Amino acid sequence: MATLVPASDSVALMPADATGEATAPALEVSELRKTYGQTEVVAGLSFSAAPGTCFGLLGPNGAGKTTTLRLCLGLTGPDSGSIMLGGHAIPVDAQKARAHVGVVPQFDNLDPDFTCAENLLVFGRYFGLKDAEIRARIPQLLEFSSLTGKGEARISALSGGMKRRLTLARALIANPDIIFLDEPTTGLDPQARHLIWERLKKLKSAGKTLILTTHFMDEAERLCDRLIVIDHGRKIAEGSPRQLIAEHIEPQVVEVFDESSDHDDNGWPQGQLAEFTENHRHLAERVEQSGETAFFYCREPQALLASLASADGLRYVHRASNLEDVFIKLTGRELRD
Amino acid sequence: MKTPGFFPVWQRNFLVWRKLALPSILCNLADPVVYMFGLGYGLGTMLPSIDGQPYIAFLAAGTICASTMNAATFEALYSAFSRMHVQKTWDAILNTPLGLNEVLAGELFWAASKSLFSGSAILVVISLMGLANGPLALWILPAIALTGLTFAALGLIWNALAPSFDFFMYYFTLFITPMTLISGVFFPTDNLPGWLAAIGSWLPLAQGVALVRPLLAGQLPADALIHIMALLATTAVAYAIALHLTRRRLLK
Repeated sequence: MATLVPASDSVALMPADATGEATAPALEVSELRKTYGQTEVVAGLSFSAAPGTCFGLLGPNGAGKTTTLRLCLGLTGPDSGSIMLGGHAIPVDAQKARAHVGVVPQFDNLDPDFTCAENLLVFGRYFGLKDAEIRARIPQLLEFSSLTGKGEARISALSGGMKRRLTLARALIANPDIIFLDEPTTGLDPQARHLIWERLKKLKSAGKTLILTTHFMDEAERLCDRLIVIDHGRKIAEGSPRQLIAEHIEPQVVEVFDESSDHDDNGWPQGQLAEFTENHRHLAERVEQSGETAFFYCREPQALLASLASADGLRYVHRASNLEDVFIKLTGRELRD
Repeated sequence: MKTPGFFPVWQRNFLVWRKLALPSILCNLADPVVYMFGLGYGLGTMLPSIDGQPYIAFLAAGTICASTMNAATFEALYSAFSRMHVQKTWDAILNTPLGLNEVLAGELFWAASKSLFSGSAILVVISLMGLANGPLALWILPAIALTGLTFAALGLIWNALAPSFDFFMYYFTLFITPMTLISGVFFPTDNLPGWLAAIGSWLPLAQGVALVRPLLAGQLPADALIHIMALLATTAVAYAIALHLTRRRLLK
């Protein structure tokens, strides 16, 4: 086996092996189906992720994201459909494929009995790496995840952000070509999220393929080159974040709210906001209402903004539309549990 | 030579154990040794010799086997369940090139290793008390390793079925405790009803006792090959069932 520890000190960022099938997808899924009981959790899903890109899998809770990831890793068998991961057929050759894959799971499962360095050592052994190789990589991986000096720290002494970064370092132990990230920043504060995003961008520019699931649309917008939105196990949209925004939604949003307003039996605001919404509906391509807020989706917001400027007692926010607007338009505003 | 896939899993558990090895061995040792000397010398003075040996010597062999069984069982139930269900250590390993077979085999051999540590520690105490007769007693080590392996495999079946830690009480109440009483650990089974003695003699603990007791007395066990084959067969079948049930639980 070729050594995984070159003289360079940026070992965590070694480019993926570019020899051979450089243009073959890192992950290719077609017509994937999986049923649990009566529920078809994955219902004919097809997508493909190009090497060296970040591919996003978005969807509300229960849409089938985690099941799709488990299928792609060969942790459960599909009812039908095919999966190729890093050139290996899944689930038949899943163990071979996973030798070149790193996984950051949704819930931390670091080993609480070990220090940070021991966590990395023990994990590297699962990949068949020699202790000397792993020990040589540990300082670089700790540095990459901003955990320098924490090698001997116990897991219970780490903050949530540190644990996530250690989990990321652990996923990189065998220098994988493809990294699966299942909601990598859920539960983190903004500083910790930004640091993770920074590191993921570095990995991408080093040629790694990232497969990302997330609830955070700003995260997907920042990181993903291409993404699919899934709901009820089906793909309902596909494209780059910009494409999706351009295709599915008006470019400008004006959110108008009146905290004091009441609602009628249908949930529509009464009083000033209701009156304003009714009178200015024609100034926007589309109007949506949720709780105390009316969303005006429009191409030319000037007339609306001018009316709002003279409407005392209403507050408003004018912003460019984003992926979250697309997501809500496609999957609805109702709560998913 | 390539190391087998289960070895890093075994190594992980060993590394955790090493940090607490001394207290762990002492705890596993104290209880059975106290019982053995308490019953052996206390109760033993009131008893006739059994097959020409004092009761304490009879009980010593039983204690080695029962402790081996308990150590393997605790590890395959409580500790394995904690790694599988609470800490999700198995989930983390399954994201690497290792598969469920390697994870479970690592746990199997680890639980057997731990029972070997426990059984050996008791053997050392017994030898220091002069209750071991001759070098044949060294063959007790492979015998307890095999007994531990069998109980590790049986425990992993119950582990795969467990919804919570409470479930393991049934295993002890319904299986381990009755078996201990009819396998010749504390008293010879000759005086039990014939059918009960017959059931007992087929159980894996009795197979272990049938190997260890003569070896401790300095004799070659009769029918050693049958007992060894019975333990190996039980291990193989139990492991296959445990693997099937665990796969159904984790990889559905």
